[in-house]
Amino acid sequence: MNKIFEVPMYAYTRSKDQDSEMPVRRPVVIIGAGPIGLGAAIDLAQQDVPVVVLDDNDKVSFGSRAVCYAKRPLEILDRLGCGQPMVDKGVEWNVGKVFFDERKIYEFDLLPEDGHERPAFINLQQYYFEEYLVNRVHELQAEGKQIEIRGKNKVSAVGAHDDHATIEIDTPEGPYNLEADWLIACDGAGSPTRQMMGLDFVGRVFEDNFLIADVIMEADFPTERWFWFDPPFNKGQSALLHKQPDNVWRIDLQLGWDIDKEEEKKPENVIPRLKAMLGEDVDFELEWVSIYTFQCRRMEKFRHGRVVFAGDSAHQVSPFGARGANSGLQDTDNLGWKLKLVMDGKAPEALLDSYDYERVHGADENIMNSSRSTDFITPKSDMSRILRDAVLDLAETHDFARPLVNAGRLSVPCTYDGSPLNTADALNGPERTRPGSPCPDVKLGDDYLLRKLGDQFTLLTIDADAPDMIEEDGIKVTRLALSAKDDTSGALKARYLGDEPSAVYLIRPDQHVAARRASFDENLFRAAIRRATGKE
Amino acid sequence: MSDLNLQPNIPGADDFYASLLAAHEGLTKAESDALNARLVLVLANHVGDRAILDDAIAVAKTAG
Repeated sequence: MNKIFEVPMYAYTRSKDQDSEMPVRRPVVIIGAGPIGLGAAIDLAQQDVPVVVLDDNDKVSFGSRAVCYAKRPLEILDRLGCGQPMVDKGVEWNVGKVFFDERKIYEFDLLPEDGHERPAFINLQQYYFEEYLVNRVHELQAEGKQIEIRGKNKVSAVGAHDDHATIEIDTPEGPYNLEADWLIACDGAGSPTRQMMGLDFVGRVFEDNFLIADVIMEADFPTERWFWFDPPFNKGQSALLHKQPDNVWRIDLQLGWDIDKEEEKKPENVIPRLKAMLGEDVDFELEWVSIYTFQCRRMEKFRHGRVVFAGDSAHQVSPFGARGANSGLQDTDNLGWKLKLVMDGKAPEALLDSYDYERVHGADENIMNSSRSTDFITPKSDMSRILRDAVLDLAETHDFARPLVNAGRLSVPCTYDGSPLNTADALNGPERTRPGSPCPDVKLGDDYLLRKLGDQFTLLTIDADAPDMIEEDGIKVTRLALSAKDDTSGALKARYLGDEPSAVYLIRPDQHVAARRASFDENLFRAAIRRATGKE
Repeated sequence: MSDLNLQPNIPGADDFYASLLAAHEGLTKAESDALNARLVLVLANHVGDRAILDDAIAVAKTAG
């Protein structure tokens, strides 16, 4: 049987752009049909921006690759119309176990907070994620949206100009050129676009190799995340076991730096390692094996005029904490509405500089967290190993040491503190919903707050008066009127009011808070809308 | 500076020091290093104040 990642999902077909004498000008061209490129394309197409996605391949991701999807990206995918298949197919887990040498030193339960529609995390092979995105593209095409994926369209040159970009493309039927008002490069950590433009990508290389194996087995391991420090079957290194759908188990084994990658990848070398880990009598089949090394680095700027970088092409992190695909989706979530406003002439181009500010901030946070996890998992000096082992030894019997154990800090969205789009906080409210914060979900009867907020500017009022709609210089803001009484669980109050009796929030299309105060004031909120759209 | 106490604060200082040495007695270098690391972590948790801990790290770094 063919695996999904062996079947072309967007086979090459000739575009009439290839027959044009002059290069056709497209409003938006996206390079790369991975999760981030497709996410950006769907976001823009839903806003009626015509979009062309170019990919040098014609299939979804080979192997499981990014396997953990966090709540915030799932919420973003809800707005892109593919959150539900992700959650339906994905594996939910809450319990993690940590082993050191031969002992289980402790286990934890994520104990997700109540009142959120989406779980804290799901595990899902990247190829399923990409399949759902491609399905969504087809749905949008059926609705008449202008979105297309061009398979086997390999970009060979990019030219950046003041008001457009030029793109040279190789296809099985020869080359052709395109122009784009806006070019979004989502072509991965090795980004050819970045290299063709001669842009920097500096950071820290971690001298280590990890073997990843997708193993199919009927095993009775529970649906939990198991992490080993220095296990007997991989002495001096680490190991991770994670469950994915279809009885596929993801195994990551640290191998160290000085290895022969081609040798280590051979089944005759992989299988004994896995048997030592899983037990001699466990039957399994290898679906995919890969070896990866990683770096933590980012571009200095994510926007270069009309060329914008998103996802791994702009920033790369270690895999611990699942911050790659998860943060890339937050990039496109941040970019989509801003680009739409700029293209429609409703906001100045300078609004896109806030994409740079906010997502560089997010990338730095992710790089910091994943570097710290890496330093804990793979100590780089004798003393860091001594301290690491001391934490693990203490964690077995003492609760206090457990927060110091760092086998990956699970991806949470970044708060855009200090963003030029924020209006100074004017509510003595909860810290977690201060300006710049992503809105936390709340269950409201049979519905959820984030679904009600949608993807447009919203004035959220809680026990406060305000007009049903205000329009400021082309930006329409619709009111969502709630009362703390709407939610008997008290979560709305706890997350949005704190000790205040009322609140008015200006919420951006990407569901981040732009401004808040205790009551509506027309002048102040008009100024906040201008500020949130790059006009102040 | 935080409230890091750099004045004498351990009653029976000689007894404490003897206890510290006794804890290391008979240990290999590796075992002693591990013991010191655990002790630092236990004490740091007891202090629990990040400003004091940062100052303590700075004091320890400059004294050597």
